[in-house]
Amino acid sequence: MVNLKNKDIISIRDFTIEEILYILNMAADMEGHSYPELLKGKVLATLFFEPSTRTRMSFESAMKLLGGEVISFAEPGATSLVKGESLKDAIKIIEGYSDIIVLRHFLEGAPRLAADTISIPVINAGDGTNQHPTQTFLDLYTILRAKGSLEGLSVGFLGDLKYGRTVHSLAYALAHFPCQMFFVSHPSLRMPVDQLEELKERGVKYSEHDSFEEISHRLDVLYCTRIQQERFADPVEYEKVKGTYRLSKGLIEGLKVKPDFKILHPLPRVDEMDESLDETPYAVYFQQAKSGIPVRKALLAAVLGAKEL
Amino acid sequence: MKQLQVSAIKDGTVIDHIDSKSTFKVASILNIHEEGKLVLVGMNLSSRRLGKKGIIKIEDKVLTQEEVNKIALIAPNATLNIIKDFEAVEKRPVSLPEELIGVVKCFNPNCISNHERIPTRLKVVKKTPVRLRCHYCERVMEGEDIELL
Repeated sequence: MVNLKNKDIISIRDFTIEEILYILNMAADMEGHSYPELLKGKVLATLFFEPSTRTRMSFESAMKLLGGEVISFAEPGATSLVKGESLKDAIKIIEGYSDIIVLRHFLEGAPRLAADTISIPVINAGDGTNQHPTQTFLDLYTILRAKGSLEGLSVGFLGDLKYGRTVHSLAYALAHFPCQMFFVSHPSLRMPVDQLEELKERGVKYSEHDSFEEISHRLDVLYCTRIQQERFADPVEYEKVKGTYRLSKGLIEGLKVKPDFKILHPLPRVDEMDESLDETPYAVYFQQAKSGIPVRKALLAAVLGAKEL
Repeated sequence: MKQLQVSAIKDGTVIDHIDSKSTFKVASILNIHEEGKLVLVGMNLSSRRLGKKGIIKIEDKVLTQEEVNKIALIAPNATLNIIKDFEAVEKRPVSLPEELIGVVKCFNPNCISNHERIPTRLKVVKKTPVRLRCHYCERVMEGEDIELL
């Protein structure tokens, strides 16, 4: 019996396959029904120490749609942390003002420290290059909706596989089902060795490629990512790899992709995915962005113990 | 009777089967030079198991768990002998616990453990060769990435 009451949502590593499926089922329930008073009287504190519009708005919207309240600070510079207060102290104070905390931080492990420090649930909304588990849940939910199942799919990952935390987390989660994985990237942006070793130890079949074209016909799903300029310390390195891959309607139609092939992207995109793809049946990335609401509603309701399936 | 290459101690601890080249590293983490105790160190002694081994004998010393954990990281083949009145009353190999707290620095400069005043926490993912995962940032470190605090 799955019970997620008071569980922190810090890393996809903390979730069993049963818990993942439970959350996805609850997200489906949230999409089919509205529960405008489910979290009435509950307060969510959103603490974003790194800029984010979509993730924060999506959490705030999800909380409000369930009848809850949201508090936050205007900008990190306005907090006492700039006066040298530790994150531990700050989080203990905010615990007194809220029932649940959503935290994004530029330092990796900050949400784990917050969760270890306080007793109310903490949800990680992204910590540096480490984890962004709610994105992973909505990626899984989108794949499940598009394909009907997560079992045994052939999934390609394209773009920034080295720094892309969404790629690492999704690959980890899909290994539960298990899926065959194809990693396509510029040689300097390959999946980190420790991630690959872990997949191997978990029995996942995977391969690495330079070219998308050579494996496109084998894929059920492609997870495309942006090459993130902000992760490159050296702008020369970024210039070398940007624009390596450009997906377009013409390119996809010229390849023998499966008829029910689907493309996901965590967005924002730069130039790796042309707008001509948007109206094709392959594109599910705008549905993916919309899935943020039911998935985050499900997570909030589950960890606050307001709803069980 | 077998001639001892390093003299016996009456009471204390013998750290045996140290990979020979790690002998001084083990000695340095134990701060034995500061404690004023009798210390006997042997290096490049022949060993059936290791080829060449190191040994450290320290009189009147009981190792803390933290010291044992550090030795396990540097010299995973080492054995500890507790000596009482020239007799080995206890003999056990060192072994890594499931988690190392406050022993190893996380090598990721962007990890929260390098910015807040908190003890580091590293989970032991693999014992040979040692592979550790940071409890906070989840980065995996091994080999030269592993730096003792």
